[in-house]
Amino acid sequence: MHEMSLAQNVREIIEQASLDQGFRHVKTVWLEIGRLSCVEQEAMRFCFGAAMQGGVAEGARLEIIDTPGRGLCRKCGHEAEIENVYDACPQCGNYGMQLVAGDAMRVKELEVE
Amino acid sequence: MCLTCGCGSDEVLIRGRKSLNKPKAPVNFRLHRVEANVAEDTQRIVKLEQDILHKNDRHAQANREMFEQLGILALNLVSSPGSGKTTLLVRTLQALQGRYPLAVIEGDQQTEQDADRIRTTGVPAVQINTGKGCHLDAQMVERALPEMPLPEGGILFIENVGNLVCPAGFDLGEFAKVVVLSVTEGEDKPLKYPDMFRAADLMLLNKCDLLPYLRFDVELAESYARRVNPDIRIIRLSAVSGDGIDAWLSWLEAQQPAGKQTQL
Ligand SMILES: Nc1nc2c(ncn2[C@@H]2O[C@H](COP(=O)(O)OP(=O)(O)OP(=O)(O)O)[C@@H](O)[C@H]2O)c(=O)[nH]1
Ligand SMILES: [Mg+2]
Ligand SMILES: [Zn+2]
Ligand SMILES: [Zn+2]
Ligand SMILES: [Zn+2]
Repeated sequence: MHEMSLAQNVREIIEQASLDQGFRHVKTVWLEIGRLSCVEQEAMRFCFGAAMQGGVAEGARLEIIDTPGRGLCRKCGHEAEIENVYDACPQCGNYGMQLVAGDAMRVKELEVE
Repeated sequence: MCLTCGCGSDEVLIRGRKSLNKPKAPVNFRLHRVEANVAEDTQRIVKLEQDILHKNDRHAQANREMFEQLGILALNLVSSPGSGKTTLLVRTLQALQGRYPLAVIEGDQQTEQDADRIRTTGVPAVQINTGKGCHLDAQMVERALPEMPLPEGGILFIENVGNLVCPAGFDLGEFAKVVVLSVTEGEDKPLKYPDMFRAADLMLLNKCDLLPYLRFDVELAESYARRVNPDIRIIRLSAVSGDGIDAWLSWLEAQQPAGKQTQL
């Protein structure tokens, strides 16, 4: 399950930030997880707690910012929210929308003390 | 410990020709660390905006630069388990041997069997065992590279762990991903695992020798792949009978690794 290794990456990013920015405890972590990214939200929640143990974010609250997918039609240029990467353009019916948003996986911000 | 960012990995086992069991590199996290200047303990918000895959992407970039410098065409072969990646590779290596420098990196959770199958052709192979890991990442590839002679001006095939899901998200520094779909898997796989088919430049539809015995609609499978990725190239072949292999070899020869000494 790769969510565990991704949660481990989140931990490393947070630990590095705690050294760079001088905080010792993290209360809340905001993760942006696009609906079309390769991360399953529930699996990330499950792994997050375990991955943060023994670090500055142990026990931190996880807030997931869930961004919808957006596609740009290559044929007619229409931009729309899409649920799957293979959705047809709602304007002209063409397949193969180019993904313009919704595949990000980011540590957005932390509430620290 | 890696040279790119000082990270270390303890679970992954890399088996090259020289070393079967390398001692684990010690993890030294103090390498980059500057004494923190501890601020007052007030509550505040720290903005990071950091990509979770940032570390992988940095390693992938380092690999890519090395491949470009050496004029190596690096390909990342992805598929579900058992689609025929190793069988296809063995056949491909036999066809290309003596014409280009070649090398293979094999990724599996366990065993060295696939690397051994490759080595019977005489082409150097390094086996990466990911343990519980379900995909190769850029750092594993970076660690595997010093374990074999690099195929300068030739082709490096990287066979990923059999898994149609997460290898799509991990850049290894390759020139292109090649997805193998075998006809015993069902037409719907491109729709069910769209990320992989979207990430690939080429789809090899393997085991076509079995089509007479199956109910598999080739046109439908291909239309699903194109729905997910309108630019995908598709080649029908059989790694066992050899039908279609020539089209795959031609595709390989037409690729231009973005390097200086493009020999291909
Ligand atoms: N009939 C037929 N069988 C094939 C073909 N290619 C591979 N096979 C068989 O499919 C099985 C799996 O092949 P492998 O080459 O080990 O597949 P793989 O993708 O490397 O498997 P993993 O590395 O375990 O994911 C073997 O029994 C092969 O003989 C083909 O074109 N036709
Ligand atoms: Mg194999
Ligand atoms: Zn359109
Ligand atoms: Zn590193
Ligand atoms: Zn994985």
